[in-house]
Amino acid sequence: MDAIILQILNGLDKGGAYALIALGLTLVFGTLGVVNFAHGALFMLGAFCAVTFNKLLTLEKVTLDPTQLTPWGTAAEIKTSLVEAWLGEYGKVLVNYSVPVSIIVAIPVMLIIGIVMERGLIRHFYKRPHADQILVTFGLAIVLQEIIKHFYGANPIPQAAPAAFAGTAQVGMLLGMGDAIPYPWWRLIYLFFSLGIIGIVFAFLQFTTYGMVVRAGMRDRETVGLLGIDIERRFTVVFGIAAVVAGLAGVMYTPILPPDYHMGMDFLVLSFVVVVVGGMGSLGGAVAAGFLLGILQSFASMNEIKSIIPGIDQIIIYLVAVVILLTMPRGLMGRKGVMED
Amino acid sequence: MFGNLSRQDWVMFLGFSAVVLLAPILFQPIGAAYPAILEKFCIFGLFAIGFNILFGLTGYLSFGHAAFLGIGSYAAVWSFKLFTMNVIPAIALSIIFAGIFALIIGFISLRRSGIYFSILTLAFAQMSYNMAYSVLTPLTNGETGLQLTLKDPRIVDAMFITPGTGLPRTTLFGLEISGGGLGGFYFTAAALIIGFYISMRIFRSPFGLMLKAIKSNQNRMRYTGFNTRPYLMAAFVISGIYAGLAGSLMAAVDPLAGPERMQWTASGEVVLMTILGGVGTLIGPVIGAAIIKYFENIFSGFNETALNSVFNFLPDTLREPIVKLLSLFVGEGWSLTLGLVFMAIVIFLPGGIMEGVRLIASLFKKGGNGNKPAVSGHAQPAE
Amino acid sequence: MTSTTKSNIVLDVSGVNKSFGGLRALTNVNLQVEEGKVHAIIGPNGAGKSTLLNVCIGRIRPDNGHVVFNGETLDRHQPHEINQLGVSRVFQTPEIFADLNLLENVMIPAFAKRDGAFTFNAIRAVSAEKELREEAEEILHDVGLYERRNHLAGSLSRGDKRRLELGMCLIQKPKLLLLDEPTAGMARHDTNMTIELLKRIKARGMTKVIIEHDMHVVFSLADKISVLAQGTVIAEGLPEEVRGNPRVKEAYLGEAHG
Repeated sequence: MDAIILQILNGLDKGGAYALIALGLTLVFGTLGVVNFAHGALFMLGAFCAVTFNKLLTLEKVTLDPTQLTPWGTAAEIKTSLVEAWLGEYGKVLVNYSVPVSIIVAIPVMLIIGIVMERGLIRHFYKRPHADQILVTFGLAIVLQEIIKHFYGANPIPQAAPAAFAGTAQVGMLLGMGDAIPYPWWRLIYLFFSLGIIGIVFAFLQFTTYGMVVRAGMRDRETVGLLGIDIERRFTVVFGIAAVVAGLAGVMYTPILPPDYHMGMDFLVLSFVVVVVGGMGSLGGAVAAGFLLGILQSFASMNEIKSIIPGIDQIIIYLVAVVILLTMPRGLMGRKGVMED
Repeated sequence: MFGNLSRQDWVMFLGFSAVVLLAPILFQPIGAAYPAILEKFCIFGLFAIGFNILFGLTGYLSFGHAAFLGIGSYAAVWSFKLFTMNVIPAIALSIIFAGIFALIIGFISLRRSGIYFSILTLAFAQMSYNMAYSVLTPLTNGETGLQLTLKDPRIVDAMFITPGTGLPRTTLFGLEISGGGLGGFYFTAAALIIGFYISMRIFRSPFGLMLKAIKSNQNRMRYTGFNTRPYLMAAFVISGIYAGLAGSLMAAVDPLAGPERMQWTASGEVVLMTILGGVGTLIGPVIGAAIIKYFENIFSGFNETALNSVFNFLPDTLREPIVKLLSLFVGEGWSLTLGLVFMAIVIFLPGGIMEGVRLIASLFKKGGNGNKPAVSGHAQPAE
Repeated sequence: MTSTTKSNIVLDVSGVNKSFGGLRALTNVNLQVEEGKVHAIIGPNGAGKSTLLNVCIGRIRPDNGHVVFNGETLDRHQPHEINQLGVSRVFQTPEIFADLNLLENVMIPAFAKRDGAFTFNAIRAVSAEKELREEAEEILHDVGLYERRNHLAGSLSRGDKRRLELGMCLIQKPKLLLLDEPTAGMARHDTNMTIELLKRIKARGMTKVIIEHDMHVVFSLADKISVLAQGTVIAEGLPEEVRGNPRVKEAYLGEAHG
């Protein structure tokens, strides 16, 4: 029982990331009709927002102190963090909390990236065949990840969670089950964070007129266009939202997985599978399938399971996708008429 | 058998063969006349020709063709390890394995079309890649890659030849294929020419016409009495076999195989070669493959020192920023250049180089015949 | 059911119902098409005419009821199987191969007729298929597009596309030809040309079901007319009988006022 709960929990944070990326993918696909192979790159860029923010905070001034000597007899280097120098204790706190604080930076940055991407490139591909959309966004994904590789190198750059959340939470205690279920605090936070973002996106779509138009657009793009609504501008905003959601998913994921330049593509392929399993164009389906596949993957990586079917953890998601597509061509919650042949 | 290709086709085929066979002389001025690079041209040309039979004719965009390339390589290396260093059994084994995998993956992926098909093939390729890295390590030797060793049994060879010291080279009945000699190049060149000929026959055949018709309007095909699924299956398997053959040739000229050959970047590369040259054209994919491999070779050879010496004539203040900027695109940055080329081609010249050539030709011929140039066909949206 | 009672009934639609969501598109539709006759289906917009044709070619499955073609019940058939049985169709919006030239457009259905639903025919070149080519050229003559046989089909005008599609169907010599508004969007001159063409092939004894708005076309071609309104057949008979039927007038007038 404990083991099962632990595996479910282990799957949930990864599932949260899948769900957030898949949510944006399907939102963009449903409204703009564009298949965005560069969506994973947005997740990666978000993660590197956190890395950059942290780097800026930890910029150091090096001064030579002739009064103190190193064992080699040279003047000792005194490194002082600029932020700490300016802000004192607050600076230290800021560095400690750099990952969550970088959300504030990431939102405008990702929004701008999203808007530029939509205005500069995606917009010109609305009427082109899906194959062209795939190809051009695929090219963009390569460009983005290579730029990141150029500036940040090929190795993963670990980011620390705030010290207060570095330990493990005794989830069992909360559930009244003893201390059998240790779970890293940050993963728990990520889970609630992703649920929160999903909630905000759904609330936006459900309760604002803006969201209403977007939902109508997902159902029937042409009619909404005929209503005389400035659909173009709304498309830009939708794309911007998707970029922010993917970016935030990336920011908060950095303490769980040290970001590197190709993490976007790794997650993109899985997120596509999530979208397909959930049903193309279904937001609820994307979220449900994201968590479901995250949990499945976590179960598959249990040693008990791996000893029966070796390597199952590597392929479980793809296998599920194949089975779902063969038995339910529209995915778990896909609507009729979306991307049918 | 040979009677029903048009004269034009024969001219093109003979011209193509001549250029390929004379490449060691013709490519001297551009510094690409040594066997290692020429072999790459041939192998990737073959890969792209096969990919084009699927994507160019049917419009089905596979993002997982590198999986067949990898399977072909692994099968060939195993043939070298277990049986003989002769390349013929290795190629046969690769074709069989790639064909079987294409049959299975095609059977499942072709149940859907459009982006679903692309995503399914991508998922299968990633699955193969992951498995080659992990579970299948006994078969693939994981990250290190599969290589020849002195302890390999080589059953057939052991019966006839006393093994020498050191690792043996791959041969074609005594003719050395691996090892960087011209033998390897002429072997891959022969494969490319045969592959090109078969592709030409397919393009001109009723089968090829049906594939083009499926791309143009699959609905109409169905209501015209065609069962489109087996046509698509045949195209998928044929292009998978081409990829497997290319993979086995890679192993033949350099007997090793690694999982990175199956990665999505490798699948993306063959897509790029095909669209760069011209989707759906006979010769375009080969040109695309040669161009990319040629520039990859040049660009990835450059580094900052090399750039500095090129721009030596400039004053320092000007040279430094230029070198800094250009170094983004060369050496390690070759992939960035590749991505930019990818985008540029899709945005500005979806018909690829062949389309560009046709546009230029039609400028010169203006006022000649009234035939409009065939616009690169995009699938009509179904009703 | 009734499929064997009358041998000269080619197409027998009996008791077909179809609804989309809550919307009833067809209610208990019965239709008998006799061999060698031209059977016109007329009716106001949204009466379910196109849905009925879609049921006949297997594009839409009826909720209940049967479609029997030449003694064969078309319930579980794929579209290509129905075509191979001898049913061809001209669509309301022309379905052609826009990226191929006219000759290829017409040769492709001829291949389907000769080689069946799938043949891996990669040995002979298309250019070596002299017989099919001549057949296709003849058809292109018939539909008046021979001069443009090397043009891309996508470059044709809408009316020409319709004629091309008609040619694509005719080359298969179908037992039953379904025409969905074959003259819609055509200029008068083209319409007359199409009527002449249809009359000529009528002489060849091909059974046809035709949906048409243009009464001039209907009355110059049809042997029998069924009137469809709100998903049911409200009248049926010879052209002169239908012309005088008050319910038909009402259905059309109703549309004019609504």
